[in-house]
Amino acid sequence: MNPRYLLLALVLILGLAPLALPPYYVTLLNYIGLYALVVLGLVLLTGVGGMTSFGQAAFVGLGAYTSAYLTTAEQLPAWLAWAGSSPWLSLLVGVILTASVALLLGALTLKLSGHYLPLGTIAWGLSLYYLFGTLESLGGHTGVSGLPSISLFGLLLDKGEKIFYLIWVILLVAIVITQNLLNSREGRAIRALKGGQLMAESMGVNTFRSKMVIFVISAVFAAISGWLYAHTQRFVNPTPFGLNMGIDYLFMALIGGVSSVWGALLGAGILTMLKQWLQDLLPHLLGNTGNYETIVFGVLIVLLMQRAPGGLWPMLVGWLPARWKMRRAAPAVDLNAAALPRRELPAHGQKILEALHVTKRFGGLVANNDMSLAVHSGEILALIGPNGAGKSTLFNQLSGVDTPTSGDVLFMGRKVNGLSSRQVAHMGLSRTFQHVKLLPEMSVLENVAIGAHLRGRQGVMAAALHLERREEAELLNEARRQLERVGLGDCLYEQAGSLALGQQRILEIARALCADPCLLLLDEPAAGLRLKEKEALGVLLSRLRSEGMAILLVEHDMDFVMGLVDRVVVMEFGQRIAQGLPEDVQKDPAVLEAYLGGVE
Amino acid sequence: MNFQIAMLLGQDGMTNGAIYALLALSILLVFTVTRILLIPQGEFVTYGALTMATLQAGQPTALIWLLLGLTLIDCLLDLWAAARANRAFAFPKRILFKLGYALLIAGLIRTLPLAELPMAIQALLTLALVVPLGPQIYRLVFQPIASASSLVLLIVSIAVHVSMVGIALLLFGPEGARTAPFSEAGLELGPVTFNSQTLWVLAVSLGLIVGLYLFFERTLYGKALRATAVNRMGARLMGISPTLAGKSTFLLAALIGTLSGILIAPITTLYFDSGFIISLKGFVGAIIGGLVSYPAAALGALAVGLIEAFSMFWASTYKEIIVFTLIIPFLLWRSLTRRHVEEEE
Repeated sequence: MNPRYLLLALVLILGLAPLALPPYYVTLLNYIGLYALVVLGLVLLTGVGGMTSFGQAAFVGLGAYTSAYLTTAEQLPAWLAWAGSSPWLSLLVGVILTASVALLLGALTLKLSGHYLPLGTIAWGLSLYYLFGTLESLGGHTGVSGLPSISLFGLLLDKGEKIFYLIWVILLVAIVITQNLLNSREGRAIRALKGGQLMAESMGVNTFRSKMVIFVISAVFAAISGWLYAHTQRFVNPTPFGLNMGIDYLFMALIGGVSSVWGALLGAGILTMLKQWLQDLLPHLLGNTGNYETIVFGVLIVLLMQRAPGGLWPMLVGWLPARWKMRRAAPAVDLNAAALPRRELPAHGQKILEALHVTKRFGGLVANNDMSLAVHSGEILALIGPNGAGKSTLFNQLSGVDTPTSGDVLFMGRKVNGLSSRQVAHMGLSRTFQHVKLLPEMSVLENVAIGAHLRGRQGVMAAALHLERREEAELLNEARRQLERVGLGDCLYEQAGSLALGQQRILEIARALCADPCLLLLDEPAAGLRLKEKEALGVLLSRLRSEGMAILLVEHDMDFVMGLVDRVVVMEFGQRIAQGLPEDVQKDPAVLEAYLGGVE
Repeated sequence: MNFQIAMLLGQDGMTNGAIYALLALSILLVFTVTRILLIPQGEFVTYGALTMATLQAGQPTALIWLLLGLTLIDCLLDLWAAARANRAFAFPKRILFKLGYALLIAGLIRTLPLAELPMAIQALLTLALVVPLGPQIYRLVFQPIASASSLVLLIVSIAVHVSMVGIALLLFGPEGARTAPFSEAGLELGPVTFNSQTLWVLAVSLGLIVGLYLFFERTLYGKALRATAVNRMGARLMGISPTLAGKSTFLLAALIGTLSGILIAPITTLYFDSGFIISLKGFVGAIIGGLVSYPAAALGALAVGLIEAFSMFWASTYKEIIVFTLIIPFLLWRSLTRRHVEEEE
């Protein structure tokens, strides 16, 4: 069954609802819509980006109070007077204000590790709440009343069943925008935030920017919801913007299913209905009135997290018969899309990467001592050595993940130590990881397309409105081309996590190639590969070499290394003990001693 | 502001700061050992204070039902686990101990003339009632998801907080409570009079901090907990049970929280929902300490208490705003001194 029909049915039902339902339910639906808009932002932030916020209610409050103040104040400062004339203008001010606050708070907390953000959100959520309650000009705890209704094309939306349409249209537009954004180049970067930040940075993604993008979007959704709320109620006071509501928003997202856009709607619906029902029921059971529904909510969340941490939406989808299921619309490749422009590869034999006397100390431990090596274009250099020799440490310093204590790393003659892995990626270095780093839930094609991140230009706005479809098609086509090149052309649409380990390593090479690099750093590419796969990998690497690519690889499989590479550098205890042609290195006494022990 | 007022505010700030410091330490302890940010820490404070007040009013507190209920669920889970185990069914004998304890306390609460008891006995009874909730909550809520991501743990922690506030409203009612002071005497030092309760708070806090220090430096259990905090997997391989570590830290957290509640109940009126703000101020202290350093967290929490007291004087309505915006400069500082991209665990 086509998901479009379901969506159409939903729109139809919603469109008719106010005509058929009594006003009480229309009001309830209005609330569900308002809440779902906030929760949608949380799905983006928490479910997709892996960041938790308890402060969304404060953003709702910012939107609501900005509009309330501007549209009711008797004397606005002259430079702001224009904003008080219509709720639409005050919405603009509210959104700008909220986005600025979100940018400031994001700058403070988003670079920090996981739990600072939620704690930070709790703190400023409370601060803003108290601020609403304290500021005289915002009416203190009594609030602001007498807000005008919103008018649209001359139609005054002064009744619940009229504003209903505005609320739900805005919500549906927000859902569409969110889904568009997630299915794009920017969206892939955002989806990599949860569990793939190191990898994404190495592919040139600015993860901080991606975090900021979804943080601001979620804040703006919340502010718009607040604006709608304020002009639906035509009255605001601090209570609905307190931390308790912030917690409720998060609970809605969790109950519905925090990783899916429709979970937001489901969660907002369930929690709102449940709250109504419990508020009627519990006082009867317990004999006196109070907010006892919180007990049930708390226990419910605990059980949910223990039993079904994914929320209810994935469970519901799981129960549906297979043919009904909305196949996650994996973007298909347009084979006719134009090829992306390519980097001009340096002339054959030119020095690409050079390490000069690189030393790395971790406290007293010297992991790399005075290491020097050079890689030229059209050459494969192998870095070998026993376990613990410091190969991966050196790799990290070459690729910008780590900085040498002393010594220099030169890339195309430019000093790169101290630069981030993102900047190094920009210059044409691409790498794979010793422990495979990919996004298991995403399709193979999309995983590889992350590699092409730097070859696209279109930003968030274009993605949200799907104005970048041509570039997107080109990026995906490039990913397909690279996948076919490495021999994974048959599993474009499979989940990356379902591949065998060897295939996942190959996928990483395709991803690295997608960046169109001039230097490829491969960390144990042949580990876990079967013989045939190894042979194919050898052929691929030889072909890349003949095209002029420079390749540096760390590898333990000596048969693979010795038959393939041009030169070998051998490390032991952080130092270079030998370098040269494979056959010479094999006879080197120092190497023999390192690998086999001394000759007695 | 003259010297007199400054001393008074300072005293106030020190008292609150000492409590925040205790909470910050316990929050930090729980976090490092279990990765759980214990938001419900403040609920132990209110449970302690309100239970003490109920006992002093001579009423058998309804809290005993919560204790009995949780004990019962705990025992049933034990039985269930024993029945599902592969080996032959072995009756888990600790059930008898757990049930016996809960029934004994229930019996005591029902029969003793609560209002006439000496204050020390009332305080002991309060501890006996509230502290077991700590390990029970760990057992029922966190143990099944001990290996979940820290964000899941945080969310569950919030959920527990939300439930506990609701339960507090159910058990203790919406009225605030204040208990009788430990002693009436005050200490006069020159022009300044120290409130005796302030001295109590400072003395007990100091005692607890020294006690914790000794526990962690000198005893095997303490060292085991520290080992768990440093490296969970390593500690586990050395035979330290993560479950035991979790339960003991929750026990300590509940003990510290309840004791704090008993200590401040004579000075501050606490309501069923006061715990959150209190523990958040402990969190501000812990964040100032970077969620790693115990002395920095304690000092940070003390500073929070003092700043709170003085901002009450200068800008009383903005008190909470000032305290909670306080963490922003620290977050900024941390954010600027950090440079690497972090991988999620």
